[in-house]
Amino acid sequence: MTYIPKPKVHHPALQKNAIGLTRRDYEGAITTLCAGCGHDSVTAAVVQAFWDLAIPPHTVAKLSGIGCSSKTPAYFLRDAHGFNGVHGRMPAIATGANAANGAMTFIGISGDGDSLSIGLGQMSHAIRRNVNLTYILENNGVYGLTKGQFSAAADKGSTSKKGEANTMQPIDGALLALTLGATFVARSFSGDKAQLVPILKAGLAHRGFAFIDVISPCVTFNDHEGSTKSYAYTREHNVEIVSADFVMPAEAITADYESGTLRKVMMHDGSWVTLRKVAEDYDPTDRDRSYQFIREAQRKGEVVTGLLHITPDSADMHDQSETVETPLVQLPYDQLCPGNDELQKLQQRFR
Amino acid sequence: MNRVNDFAFKIATANGTGSASANGLIMQAIFRMGVPVTGKNVFPSNIQGLPTWYEIRVNKHGYSARTPEFDLMVALNAATYAKDVAEVRSGGWLLYDSSWPLDDKLHRPDVTYLGVPLAEMCNAAFKGVRERILMKNIAYAGALAALLQMDADVIRQLLKEKFGRKPALMDSNQKAMDLGFDYASANFPCPLPIKLEKMDATKDFILIDGNTAAGLGCVYAGATVGAWYPITPATSLMEAFRNFCQKYRVDPETKKNRFCVVQAEDELAAAGVVIGAGWAGARAFTPTSGPGISLMNEFIGLAYFTEIPTVIFDVQRTGPSTGMPTRTQQGDLMMCAYASHGDTRHICLYPSDPREAFEMAVASFDLAERFQTPVFVLSDLDIGMNDWIVPKLTWDDAYRPDRGKVLSADELETAKNFYRYLDVDGDGIPYRSLPGVHPKGAYFTRGSGHNKYAAYTEDDVEYTEVLDRIDRKIQRAARFVPAPIVRKAAGAKMGLITVGGCHAACIEALDILAKDGVAIDYMRVRGFPFGDDVAAFIEAHDVTFVVEQNRDAQLRSLLVLETGIAMARFESVRYYGGFPMSAHHVIAGVKARLEKAA
Repeated sequence: MTYIPKPKVHHPALQKNAIGLTRRDYEGAITTLCAGCGHDSVTAAVVQAFWDLAIPPHTVAKLSGIGCSSKTPAYFLRDAHGFNGVHGRMPAIATGANAANGAMTFIGISGDGDSLSIGLGQMSHAIRRNVNLTYILENNGVYGLTKGQFSAAADKGSTSKKGEANTMQPIDGALLALTLGATFVARSFSGDKAQLVPILKAGLAHRGFAFIDVISPCVTFNDHEGSTKSYAYTREHNVEIVSADFVMPAEAITADYESGTLRKVMMHDGSWVTLRKVAEDYDPTDRDRSYQFIREAQRKGEVVTGLLHITPDSADMHDQSETVETPLVQLPYDQLCPGNDELQKLQQRFR
Repeated sequence: MNRVNDFAFKIATANGTGSASANGLIMQAIFRMGVPVTGKNVFPSNIQGLPTWYEIRVNKHGYSARTPEFDLMVALNAATYAKDVAEVRSGGWLLYDSSWPLDDKLHRPDVTYLGVPLAEMCNAAFKGVRERILMKNIAYAGALAALLQMDADVIRQLLKEKFGRKPALMDSNQKAMDLGFDYASANFPCPLPIKLEKMDATKDFILIDGNTAAGLGCVYAGATVGAWYPITPATSLMEAFRNFCQKYRVDPETKKNRFCVVQAEDELAAAGVVIGAGWAGARAFTPTSGPGISLMNEFIGLAYFTEIPTVIFDVQRTGPSTGMPTRTQQGDLMMCAYASHGDTRHICLYPSDPREAFEMAVASFDLAERFQTPVFVLSDLDIGMNDWIVPKLTWDDAYRPDRGKVLSADELETAKNFYRYLDVDGDGIPYRSLPGVHPKGAYFTRGSGHNKYAAYTEDDVEYTEVLDRIDRKIQRAARFVPAPIVRKAAGAKMGLITVGGCHAACIEALDILAKDGVAIDYMRVRGFPFGDDVAAFIEAHDVTFVVEQNRDAQLRSLLVLETGIAMARFESVRYYGGFPMSAHHVIAGVKARLEKAA
């Protein structure tokens, strides 16, 4: 991906977060995506979320596959290690990196081609393992870098720029994640930063795989009339069902909500996500009903957004593997090698 | 004709009937008698009911290659009788279950038939179908003990070790053993002229398979992340690693694991997990076989170009495609040397037995980290899954992992700047930073074109500079891979080069040829890229035989490509039918050339 560094000079009056960093410290290189690309809004939301959470950038690993979406890790957190791997296979790299150093914060950026076609298997199995990874699917229904082919997320009947209608059923990432047992499933819109930022923060605080499908329109190949992934269509059909407010650990919950619509969920790190139910009778911890609700809304042509499902206390890959608390990369060699005495003892077994 | 401690026998059964433990017991008993012995398990890609064979070669000189000459056949599988009868050498013996009559057509006048009513005896002595079937195996082991003069005390001791805590099992095993032993003693002239006598040749040896040894090597090397997709014949490598980790890598206080094994959804993911873990700074590996390497090719190129330490064990089996999953071959030599699209070249290590599998497992991590690149350890099914007698493993407690050029937080803090792909030392190996260590170490890892500053590039000069440096780096590794093993013969004008598990067959063949006055110098390459000594060896001989187990003479191709020496200087000797190579294959290849020259 093309790379234009941003100057690091900051205005002295810029607001600082809890660890003394400004938003600029969470930025990356200047984007080379098309002007107006939804992905750049996602990048801005990612910057905001990390700054708000005051996560030291170098403790973050940002990973991606291949495609327009996968370029975006270059545009945030310049002080984080980045990994732009191979198409559709970011989840495996993230899984390995997480296995080696579970103390880091992992964020993966993918697209609908990267996740739902070539990488469908990898994404599914990272969900199955519940790898502690915030996984953003920047969803525009189209292959951008190869100039406008339908992706597997394209809705039936949605038209291409040339007017051709898609005839196949879409693969809905959020529904798929729900059926695969994802412990955190959200959908948002790149044009709704107010909704997206708290969802990202909640996803980052979630211990386990946080799947966040973000409708992120492609201004060049999929923003026309007839597309169901355009800005206009998404604004018009977007129905928010659960809005998330993220509260840092030890911070008082001050927001004033109507009683009876609030639900507080404590995250692994002691922070809280406050869920404000916009739709009545929606329970984001009831996986089956979440699925049903989203399907019904889809039939009505609605794009349901918000924090769709959360299993707050799930066991992630390390919990399931029962690995030690210390990241494996930090274990001293003498805790790894049994030594010659043990080797000689062991070999009695091979006599 | 008396053949003490120098014979071979073969046991034909159906798989899933429990014969493996009886065969293992026989092997171990011979080994405990101090007599050099090798076992080759010839098994089907199946769980239950298909033919399986176990070949045991006893050789006082320590020759361990497979021999196709069987003095004694234990033919217990009706489905393969005809084939098994035909395989006995003239003048040999055939032990069969005389509970049922043997077809007259299967009679050979030059073979002595030893009928033992195994089923009858076991049906009378044991209850339940399962036990009767299982004990038939122990009963034939008992008969063999009498016929071959196995040490009864050794067998009793082995049974005690195995079933000491389960007295009922101990009793029935001993009973079955006695049934076979007593029947053979009473009915045949025991021992046969092929027989065992105690020696003292295995005292400092162990009986181990290569996958177990390699898995153990990964533990000792300090590997913490293993990723895999189950595949024959590599599966037992990861199982061994996990078992050893459960023994040695559990925190005594918290009972938590100092390792993480990821069973991936496929080999692509397994490679990705290893690369991710290597990037993050763990020693990580994946065991697989040829089909897995085919799938991993894309990721292998990524690791090569992004310079991430990655260890891949290829326990080779026959190809192409699914091939014969339970037969051995050296068919991946070319693929591993240049795996993935674009210009690549990889460090490869070639163990010849389980001991080297252990040692090279350790070396592979050091090389992968020192050179920041994928390293292949190319074992094969014969090395990986069969029990070999090898000298006891030793470990130098002074060993510390060679992590290569990894910058610490302090080094990054005080460094003026850090550029991931800059050749600071002029050796082609750049400095590496690990994620999470220091903000100054942050860089963007990408499989796309990048310059020495780790920035994206599409500039021809910048791209070429990085690609050429990586080439220099890998070439430099030729000096650090394990050196070839060389054995000189006085006055030899011919040379022979081989690789991996062909070693045993070549050594035996060269000894036999030497007795016929044919002197040949020997070299076994153990690492790739080849060092200068390999070209020098070829140059020093009129002709160099290249012995290997694949159709296309892949080792010869590598030698021609990498040394630039003309193809005409080589004479290819190959066997690739799926069994381990035998000395006679090598001898036939050499003699064919000699006859042609004469």
